[in-house]
Amino acid sequence: MFDNLSDKLESAFKNLKGDGKLTEINIAQSVKEIRRALVAADVNYKIAKEFTDTIKEKALGQENVLNAVRPGELMVKIVHEELVQLMGGQTAGINIKGSPGIVLIAGLQGSGKTTFSGKLAKYLKEKKTKKPLLVACDVYRPAAINQIGVLGEQIGVPVYKEIENKNPVEISQNAIKHAKQHGFDVVIVDTAGRLAIDEVMMTEISNIKEGINPTETLFVVDAMTGQDAVNTAKAFNDVINYDGVVLTKLDGDTRGGAALSVKYTVGKPIKFASTGETLDTLDVFHPDRMATRILGMGDIVSLVEKAQEQFDEKEAARLEKKIRKNKFDFNDFLSQINQLKKMGDLKSLVGMIPGIGKMMKDVEIDNSAFGKVESIIYSMTPHERTNPEVINYSRKQRIAKGCGKTIHEINMFIKQFNEMKKMMHKISRGGVPSMDMMGGGAGGRAGMAKSRNRSSRNKRKKRR
Amino acid sequence: MSFFKRLFSKEEEEKKLDESLEKTKSGFFSKMSKAIAGKTKVDVEVLDELEGVLISSDVGLETTVKIIERLEERVAKDKYINTSELNSILREEIVDLLSENNTEDVEDFDPPGGEAHPSIILVVGVNGVGKTTTIGKLAYQYKLRGKRVVLGAGDTFRAAAVDQLRIWAERVGCEFFSKGMNTDPAAVAYEAVNYAVEYGCDVAIIDTAGRLHTKINLMRELTKIKNSIGKKMAGAPHEVLLVLDATTGQNAIEQATHFTNATDVTALALTKVDGTAKGGVAIGISDQFKVPIKYLGIGESIEQLQVFNKRSFVDSLFKESEQFSK
Ligand SMILES: Nc1nc2c(ncn2[C@@H]2O[C@H](COP(=O)(O)OP(=O)(O)OP(=O)(O)O)[C@@H](O)[C@H]2O)c(=O)[nH]1
Ligand SMILES: [Mg+2]
Repeated sequence: MFDNLSDKLESAFKNLKGDGKLTEINIAQSVKEIRRALVAADVNYKIAKEFTDTIKEKALGQENVLNAVRPGELMVKIVHEELVQLMGGQTAGINIKGSPGIVLIAGLQGSGKTTFSGKLAKYLKEKKTKKPLLVACDVYRPAAINQIGVLGEQIGVPVYKEIENKNPVEISQNAIKHAKQHGFDVVIVDTAGRLAIDEVMMTEISNIKEGINPTETLFVVDAMTGQDAVNTAKAFNDVINYDGVVLTKLDGDTRGGAALSVKYTVGKPIKFASTGETLDTLDVFHPDRMATRILGMGDIVSLVEKAQEQFDEKEAARLEKKIRKNKFDFNDFLSQINQLKKMGDLKSLVGMIPGIGKMMKDVEIDNSAFGKVESIIYSMTPHERTNPEVINYSRKQRIAKGCGKTIHEINMFIKQFNEMKKMMHKISRGGVPSMDMMGGGAGGRAGMAKSRNRSSRNKRKKRR
Repeated sequence: MSFFKRLFSKEEEEKKLDESLEKTKSGFFSKMSKAIAGKTKVDVEVLDELEGVLISSDVGLETTVKIIERLEERVAKDKYINTSELNSILREEIVDLLSENNTEDVEDFDPPGGEAHPSIILVVGVNGVGKTTTIGKLAYQYKLRGKRVVLGAGDTFRAAAVDQLRIWAERVGCEFFSKGMNTDPAAVAYEAVNYAVEYGCDVAIIDTAGRLHTKINLMRELTKIKNSIGKKMAGAPHEVLLVLDATTGQNAIEQATHFTNATDVTALALTKVDGTAKGGVAIGISDQFKVPIKYLGIGESIEQLQVFNKRSFVDSLFKESEQFSK
């Protein structure tokens, strides 16, 4: 809907540019666009309103947008900075000092508490050389205790549980005793999901907290949460006064306005971002990325990370070598396409590239876009695939027939392939990391030609 | 409608929905009343406030704008609309909007697929929305109506997922089919259907691992699961049920779209309606998405699932406002 806020703002300002003058009315108009973008990203309506009021003041104040050469850009900059500032602030780590340090995990049903508990245990064990103990306090959901048990096994962290005991207050206290006796230096207490309006359950979590006196209490919230995020965040905070927030399921395509809502409402720092189902996908929270994401301005950083995650390092090294020797062939190209396909839905990938999202908005792109390239290559003999230079006119004729394309299309494709090969070869001599090659490879397709350069440039910038 | 009577009388059911929507109501309509306090005439200001109320309830921008525009039209036509009439007009507009997709509400928990036997249901959705719980609740309803039900443990990925579903099967007292953890979910689905056919079950409900709709490999896996069901039994699954969490914001629309692309979703279940989320996402989804909402999850226990009824849903939203306008 509001894929590109900058666009909206530019057009809001264009109207006024016609008159050659910016007015406060135009500012008001653009402020409205910003508010809508925020709301579309699930930022709480009231907060969006308050936030944009601040923006308006700033825009008219010291950073006077009225006199700016590019008012749209300046406006986005102001908004972005303000968002970063709001969501960031002081970055605090988690407090696990104490013998043992105690982390209490709380949140709604299905928000990702148990998975996060596992991730945190793994992180503390491997990165902080701690000896953590997980505690199973969800005595309600079927198989919840088994679930955390399995996770514990996966990461080699013991799990404290009392199968027969239905009292999580007792279990958590016993767990602390157990930890002290057995030399665990940090205890992570996973609790059942609960609704903020469930008085019995809220009293329970309050009692758990009182009983164990945690050094750190974390509130886990699903990044896809809508307008209700404020209520829940506040209600939990009122009861357990948590120290920090964990945002989960950020690996999806949610714009994640809940992050702003929660931070704005309770003022507690967002300490972790959870970005996957496997236990190694725990990240520190990046306010700047989140701001970009909420504004729908693309998320190049996530794009690069997504690529890295899916990219087969060995295969990359092999390809890099071939490129350096200028021996890149059609099989390698196919391999690149497959790597790229693995990264996910092309349209969402392209949407992450700043500026491109807008260009490609109405273009139908999906993974079948590769189909043309693939069908051409599959119509080549193995010999042709490994030796592109042997493809002469009569071979082209045969290939064209094989894949149902015209000679012209085959020519175009081979020309593009050669250009790409040359370019990659050049880049590889310049020692640019392999990631960029992949961007280049994908860009070989005619439609993506423009995105290629831009995306690789951004990637490079990030990789510094 | 099935021969078996509902577990609860209509009244009782509506009372339960009211209770679970209580927070929804108070949020929705205390705001409403504030918006129009001290006003007698519906004007731009009132409509602006109303826009805020709708958006704050997760109705979503597009649908909200649509509703507001309709009200604007009416205001323009009728010249003078009393604020006390606003609620009833708004209610009409919302019911109209919900009805526009011309999908009839179902009356009862009838296995989908009509004459098909066994009836096969595939349950899909993102992580943690309440798929497994909904399966348990649904199986319970079928069981109450004398059906023979088998649950297929197609989530072979998330830790202890198979155990979780097994416990639900035990609670319901229905059958259970599993090949254990880390097995091929498409094979599980295929064999669960086979089990249902072989042993003469009336309904098979197949669980799947939660997955974000952006993960193309996992979405492909889902398509494969669905296809393998069709391979075993032509025309199956008879229902692909997408479970959505009422707490979710605008991403619910994305989820609906992507899951439909992968598996041709035929019905939606909205869970956690008992929470503080305003439930307006039901309005947004119904407006923007052609697949009907069929069930509401209103709590964690086995009987807390209802068939969705547009009118009583909207009525529940408006209960308090009636008092207000008196
Ligand atoms: N309050 C409330 N909680 C619910 C409802 N439906 C499910 N839950 C809870 O939400 C949590 C997650 O439910 P599950 O059924 O495990 O969700 P799932 O979609 O199968 O989760 P994964 O398989 O992990 O993706 C559990 O704690 C359920 O008890 C509901 O209608 N209301
Ligand atoms: Mg499940």
